[in-house]
Amino acid sequence: MEAKQGQVNQKFKTRIQRWFASSWSALLVPLLAVLTAFVVGGIVIAMAGGNPFSAYLGLLEGAFGSTKSLSETTVWATPYIFAGLAVALAFKGGLFNIGAEGQLALGAVASAWVGYALPGLLGINLPTIFLLPLTVLAGVIAGGIWGAIPGWLKARTGGHEVINTIMMNYIALNMVSYLLNGPMKDPNPLNVIARTPEIAESARFTPIFSGYRMHWGFILAILIAILVWFLLWKTTLGFEIRTAGANPDAGKYAGVNVGRTIVLSMTLSGMLAGMAGAIEVTALNYRHELGFSIGYGFDAIAIALLAKSHPLGVILSAILFGAMRNGGTRMQFLTQIPVDVISVIQALILLFVAADAIVRFIFRIKAREERVVLTRGWGG
Amino acid sequence: MNTNEVILEVRGITKQFPGVLANDRVDFDLRKGEIHALLGENGAGKTTLMNILYGLYQPDSGEIRRNGEVVKFSSPKDAIAQGIGMVHQHFMLIPVFTVTENIMLGDETVKNGLLDQRTVAALVRQLSKQYGLEVDPQAVIQDLPVGVQQRVEIIKTLYRKAEILILDEPTAVLTPQEVEDLFHIISELSHQGVSIIFITHKLKEVLAIANRITVMRNGKVVGTKTPQETDEAHLAEMMVGREVILKVEKGPAKLGDVVFEVENLSVFDQRGLEAVRDVSFQVKAGEILGIAGVQGNGQTELVEALTGLRTPHHGSVRLGGFDVTASSPRPMIEYGLAHIPEDRQKHGLVLSFPVADNLILCTYYQQPFARNYIIQNKAVDEYAHRLVEEFDVRTPSPYLPASKLSGGNQQKVIVARELSRPVKLLIANQPTRGLDVGSIEYIHQQIVQMRDRGVAVLLVSAELDEIMALSDRIAVMYRGQIVATLGASQATREGLGLLMAGLQIAEA
Repeated sequence: MEAKQGQVNQKFKTRIQRWFASSWSALLVPLLAVLTAFVVGGIVIAMAGGNPFSAYLGLLEGAFGSTKSLSETTVWATPYIFAGLAVALAFKGGLFNIGAEGQLALGAVASAWVGYALPGLLGINLPTIFLLPLTVLAGVIAGGIWGAIPGWLKARTGGHEVINTIMMNYIALNMVSYLLNGPMKDPNPLNVIARTPEIAESARFTPIFSGYRMHWGFILAILIAILVWFLLWKTTLGFEIRTAGANPDAGKYAGVNVGRTIVLSMTLSGMLAGMAGAIEVTALNYRHELGFSIGYGFDAIAIALLAKSHPLGVILSAILFGAMRNGGTRMQFLTQIPVDVISVIQALILLFVAADAIVRFIFRIKAREERVVLTRGWGG
Repeated sequence: MNTNEVILEVRGITKQFPGVLANDRVDFDLRKGEIHALLGENGAGKTTLMNILYGLYQPDSGEIRRNGEVVKFSSPKDAIAQGIGMVHQHFMLIPVFTVTENIMLGDETVKNGLLDQRTVAALVRQLSKQYGLEVDPQAVIQDLPVGVQQRVEIIKTLYRKAEILILDEPTAVLTPQEVEDLFHIISELSHQGVSIIFITHKLKEVLAIANRITVMRNGKVVGTKTPQETDEAHLAEMMVGREVILKVEKGPAKLGDVVFEVENLSVFDQRGLEAVRDVSFQVKAGEILGIAGVQGNGQTELVEALTGLRTPHHGSVRLGGFDVTASSPRPMIEYGLAHIPEDRQKHGLVLSFPVADNLILCTYYQQPFARNYIIQNKAVDEYAHRLVEEFDVRTPSPYLPASKLSGGNQQKVIVARELSRPVKLLIANQPTRGLDVGSIEYIHQQIVQMRDRGVAVLLVSAELDEIMALSDRIAVMYRGQIVATLGASQATREGLGLLMAGLQIAEA
C-alpha cells in the first residue's frame, strides 16, 4: 500500500517536473526575444540621443510605479487579452484572423446600442442582472457573426481568411464610422464627436476600487483565458479545433468535420474579439467613440504570436504590451523620448519572435524541433 | 569491368548525433567498376555514411581515401571534384526545365556570356549513347516518366565526370520493368569502369545486381559478402540481428459473408480526370483481396473514394449491406472500417500531436476517452501506455510528438490505432512503404491475424512480393481499371508484372 502510494507520488512528481520543463522551454525563446528587443531598442534610443536607462526607468515607473499606474496597465491589458485570445484561438485552428479589429469595433457598437437603446425600446428599466449580460452578449454575438462569415467562406469556397478578414475589417470600420456619425450619434446638441450616447447605468460594470479605472473586465479576461485553455486542451471540441488546425487532412481522415470546425473556430475567435469591444463599452467608456480602439485588433496578432498562441501566455504578453503602452506616456514625459519608441520595441519583439532562429543563435539555444531519431528500426 | 583496384576507402568513420551514434567506426571500400550494395534497415546509418562521402556531413573521426590519398570533403563541391556523384531518393530536378537545362544547372557552360545549350545537349546525347541512357535532351522533366527522370539524374552526375555513383534507394519509385532497365544501365556503367554504391533494403535486388554486399546495423558494419556466399534469409538476419521469417505463415482462408461491395465505381482525380474507371469487386469476411499495380494507376483515388475522403462520381459502395457511396468517414469508422492510409504523414498522423493523441485520433469523442465532451486524461493515458506496449512502439513516452518517431514507429502508431477498434473491414494502402524488414514482418503478421479473425481485408500495394505473400485473391489495376482478378495460386510474378504493365496474358 505504502509502496503504491510512493509510486503515485513519484509519478506525480515527474509529471510536475515535466510540466515545468515544458513550460520553461516554451517560455524561454519568447522571453529572450523580449529581452533582445529591449536591448536593440535601447541602442535605437541611444542613437537618437536619449539615455536608454532613464527611458526604461520611466517606462517601468509609468507601467508599474504606483497603484495608479498598475491600475492603468490592467486597463490597457484587458482588451489586449480578449483580442489576443481571439487571434490565438484562430491560430490553433490553423486560421489567421486579421479581422479582430473589425470584430472588436462591431462588438463595441452592438454593445453600446443595446446598452443605451434597449431600455428605451422596451420601455422598462431592466435591472443590471439582465441588462449587463445582454449588453455584453450583443457585442459577443456581433463579433461572432463577423468572424463566422470569413470562416464560412473558407470552409465553403476555400476563400482565404486572411484576405476576407481584411475585407471584413474595411466593411466593419466604415459601417461603424457611418453609424457613429449618423443614426447612432449622441443627439445631445452640444456633442460634436462621433460617439454614441452613454449606456444605461444598469448596463455597466461597477468599478472595483473607487478612484481607479481598473475594472472587472480584467478579472473576466483572465477567467476567459483559462476557459479558452480548458476548451482547447480538455474538450473534444478543442481536440477537433487543434486537429483541424495542425493537419486538416488527418482531421478529415479521422472523421472530423473540418469545414464545420473552421466555421466554429472563426466564430469563437470573432466572439472573443467582440467581447473585447463589449467590455470596453460596459466597463470603461460607457459608450462607443470613433477611434477609441485604433490597433487593439492588430496588436493582438503580435500578442498571440509572442504567446505562441497559448491562452495563458496571452495573459502575460497582453500585460507586457499593456505596460509598454501605458508606461510609454510617462517615459515621454520624463525623458522627452517620443512614445513611438514603444512601437519600435513592439516591432522588434515581433521580429525576434517570428525569426526565432536569430534569438536561438544569439543565445546558443538548440532548436526544440531538432530531429532526433530515438529508435532505429524495431526488429530486435 | 571489375578489377581489384580500390578507388575509394573509408576507415573508422564515426559520426555522433545527439542521442544517436549514427556511424560507429565504419570501414568500407569500393573497387573500380564494382557494384557494391549497402544494405541495412532504416536508421542503420547507410544514409549518414553516404552523406559523409558526399560531403554533406563531416565525420567526427576516421578518414576517407580516394585512390589511396586522404581527402577531406567540407561540401558536396569537394566530393564532386573527386568524381563522386549522388542520385538522391527524391530527385533534385526542376520540373519545368528541360533535360539539358537541368543537367547544366549549377555547372553551366557559357559562351559569350550566354548559356551554351547546344554544346551541353550534344554532350548529353553522347553520354546517353555511350551508357545506354536513352533520353531526349529537349524534353521537359515533368513530361517524363519517373524512370527517365532517374536517368537524367544519372547523366547529371556523369556530366560532372563522376567515376563513383551513389544511388540512394533507386528502385523505390520504379515499376518492375523500369527496375530491369535501371539494372541494365547499372551493369553497362560498371562495364565501362564506373563504380556504383547501391543503397537499398530490398534483398532480391541486391542479390540480382551487386558484386559485393555490405550490411549495416545500428551504425556498424556487420559484414561484407558476395552474392554467391549468401542468400536472402542470411542477409535479412544480418540486417535485423535475429532470424526473420520472410515467408508469411498463413493457413487457408475461412470465407464468411460479403462485407464490402464496390460496383462500377468511377472517380475523378484532382485535375478532374477520370482516375478510376468502372471498378467492381467484393471482399468477403476472412479474406485478403490484394490490389496490385504500379503507383499512379488510380489506387490513391480508389482508396480515397472507398474511405470517404473523396466523392466518387459514379457507382456504388456498400459496407455490411449499407450504402456508403458518398458517406463521410465517421459513420464508416463507427461501423468498423480501419484504414491504414497511403501517406502516413498527410492522413495518418498529426505530427505535432503526442503519440497518445494520435492513438485516439478517431475515437477521441467516444467513451471512455471523453465524457460530456471533456477528454478523460486518465483513460487516454492508460490506453496509450497499453497500446505502446502491445504494439511495441519504440518511444520513451507516449507524450512525445509523433514527429520525433522513426518512420517504422510512426506506422506502428497508425496500425495500433486502427487495429485496436472493433474492425470489420481493413483497408491498407501501401502499409509497409519505406519500412525495414523487421517492421514489414510485423505489419504483415498483423494483417494476416486480422483476416484470421474474420475481418475483410483490402490490401493495396505496389510491391509485388507483398501482394503475393498476403493475398488470397489478386486484382491488378492498370490505368484506373481492374484488368484482371486471379486466385493467389494462379498468380505468378511474371504474369502479374505483365498485367501491371498493361499487357494481357496470352491465353494459355
